[in-house]
Amino acid sequence: MSLRIVVCVKYVPDATGDRHFAEDLTVDRDDVDGLLSELDEYAVEQALQIKEAADDAEITILTVGPEDANDALRKALSMGADKAVHVEDDDLHGTDALGTSLVLAKAIEKTGYDLVVCGMASTDGTMGVLPALLAERLSVPQVTQLSEVSVADGKVTGRRDGDTASEQLEAALPAVVSVTDQSGEARYPSFKGIMAAKKKPVESLDLEDLEIEADEVGLEGAWTKVDDATERPARTAGTIVKDEGEGGKQLAEFLAGQKFI
Amino acid sequence: MAEVLVYVDHVDGAVRKPTLELLTLARRIGEPVAVHLGANAEAAAKLLGEYGAVKVLAADAPEFAEYLVAPKVDALQAAYDAVSPAAVLLPSSAEGKEIGARLALRIGSGIITDAVDVEAGDEGPVATQSVFAASYTTKSRITKGTPVITVKPNSAAPEAAPAAGAVEQLAVTVADSSKGTKIVSRTPRESTGRPELTEAAIVVSGGRGVNGAENFPVIEALADSLGAAVGASRAAVDAGWYPHTNQVGQTGKSVSPQLYIAAGISGAIQHRAGMQTSKTIVAINKDEEAPIFDLVDYGVVGDLFDVVPALTDEVKTRKG
Ligand SMILES: Cc1cc2nc3c(=O)[nH]c(=O)nc-3n(C[C@H](O)[C@H](O)[C@H](O)COP(=O)(O)OP(=O)(O)OC[C@H]3O[C@@H](n4cnc5c(N)ncnc54)[C@H](O)[C@@H]3O)c2cc1C
Ligand SMILES: Cc1cc2nc3c(=O)[nH]c(=O)nc-3n(C[C@H](O)[C@H](O)[C@H](O)COP(=O)(O)OP(=O)(O)OC[C@H]3O[C@@H](n4cnc5c(N)ncnc54)[C@H](O)[C@@H]3O)c2cc1C
Repeated sequence: MSLRIVVCVKYVPDATGDRHFAEDLTVDRDDVDGLLSELDEYAVEQALQIKEAADDAEITILTVGPEDANDALRKALSMGADKAVHVEDDDLHGTDALGTSLVLAKAIEKTGYDLVVCGMASTDGTMGVLPALLAERLSVPQVTQLSEVSVADGKVTGRRDGDTASEQLEAALPAVVSVTDQSGEARYPSFKGIMAAKKKPVESLDLEDLEIEADEVGLEGAWTKVDDATERPARTAGTIVKDEGEGGKQLAEFLAGQKFI
Repeated sequence: MAEVLVYVDHVDGAVRKPTLELLTLARRIGEPVAVHLGANAEAAAKLLGEYGAVKVLAADAPEFAEYLVAPKVDALQAAYDAVSPAAVLLPSSAEGKEIGARLALRIGSGIITDAVDVEAGDEGPVATQSVFAASYTTKSRITKGTPVITVKPNSAAPEAAPAAGAVEQLAVTVADSSKGTKIVSRTPRESTGRPELTEAAIVVSGGRGVNGAENFPVIEALADSLGAAVGASRAAVDAGWYPHTNQVGQTGKSVSPQLYIAAGISGAIQHRAGMQTSKTIVAINKDEEAPIFDLVDYGVVGDLFDVVPALTDEVKTRKG
């Protein structure tokens, strides 16, 4: 029996660009280039390794996002995934975390899965809650924030490094996993991989295909509302001194002035 | 007055500081009711009461330690059913966010994560978030259901406000479906004796410029002179010079201390994402073009191996 892996990837504005909010207080996706969230590359990488260790496995990349999100799918396909699903619908504009989890869960169920692999957090919303929400919606175990993961004999095991302890986890499939950037460097797509990706199938779904009403998602359906987004004023230029032997003393003087010493 | 549930973050009844901050914020929107899961609720209740908890709902079940997250969601949901609160506040730890999200879904509410402030508003609590590596400040609220909000450490100064803090047992049934992810083993982290990174008032971090694990004691010595926690950039962590648990940044810890000192760190966006909300920022870097200098209140262009030890000596002298 084939192991069906679905990897959820998000298309995000490049964090090294100058990110802004649009007038309706959603993320302005036009003024900065988008890309596959770097943290989701780790999810793709772990899925590929799980596939390589399995007898027979298939990887589907799933994204919910605008037309351009196709770029994120192509990147993941060029790394070696088999096929992709793109959920795209104008009514999705402004969807929050609960709404996104609804759409992802329905798409995952429609695709069929034994294992869902996510990144630890997106690089824009950085909530880190989507995987837990998916587990709740799909009623399967949540095996999240893993720095090490493996799948064998219908079980997923992994290590979760928490604040106060490091835990070894185990759950039966089907399950939802999320992996951290400690799980292992993601591979670069090869030229062959990039060429092959062009021929791989990308299925496009809209809300109707998933039997989701427009008012369950989007800005209107959101459970949260952003009332105000203000660009942080540039920090007033600080004092910068060159160390010519007195740098440590000068810094101590500053810290004392601020009552830190 | 409406009640506000506060999820207690503790280690065997030793309440962690972010919980006291949550109690302080909760008082702005209602009467805090603490939810303590696990052992030693009585010990915790004393402190929780001092910081304003009118009562402490306590439950202890082996499942909390045997399975990941879901049993705690069952318990928090039981507390929610018992109290019908006006809001639920949790710490913005990985676990706090996951518990909050699953609870929100169950009770038909929205969730806001990583708030840096919470105030009462006409239409319910208003949360301030600092987003896009702190380049924007947003104000948001939850429009459906009971607001579930997770709050970052160091978002408020804990204020004592003695209240009854009486312990009440909370009956919790852990659903079979919540026993899906077994915690097979747990290795507690060894304490360094230094303050907890996310809670510390001062953090001293070292980066690639520290140039080797054998040089990190230079950073540690400064930290110890100031009573600070030690942080590291991902470059330093990836090189194996310092443990990943000390990484500051997007995929490490997010810190918001009174004072952040970065030594030998260039200031990449992913590092800034984890420290840019620090109140006062200081950098020591030998490259005057390093982007970190755009953020600083005070910067020293120089070799950290000259500046840091000199600063440490000076701090020690001044502190006597
Ligand atoms: C700055 C900012 C702040 C926000 N704050 C809130 C808030 O407080 N509350 C709220 O409800 N919403 C919030 N949102 C909206 C929220 O980020 C989106 O709804 C988002 O799609 C889900 O959250 P996330 O990306 O932060 O997910 P995370 O939980 O951080 O993502 C974890 C993983 O889930 C998967 N994933 C996430 N989104 C998608 C997707 N669209 N397609 C495929 N896979 C995906 C990826 O594997 C990813 O690595 C915020 C958005 C921004 C930009
Ligand atoms: C998805 C993703 C997530 C990431 N998450 C994080 C994260 O959580 N935290 C994080 O820190 N990074 C993170 N990074 C990495 C980040 O992009 C940078 O690579 C990293 O922060 C660089 O660390 P650094 O500043 O120590 O090293 P460098 O950028 O190499 O800078 C070293 C600095 O030290 C200075 N220096 C050298 N020698 C001396 C000396 N003797 N005295 C004084 N100064 C000296 C140099 O001038 C230079 O400015 C992430 C990257 C990605 C892609």
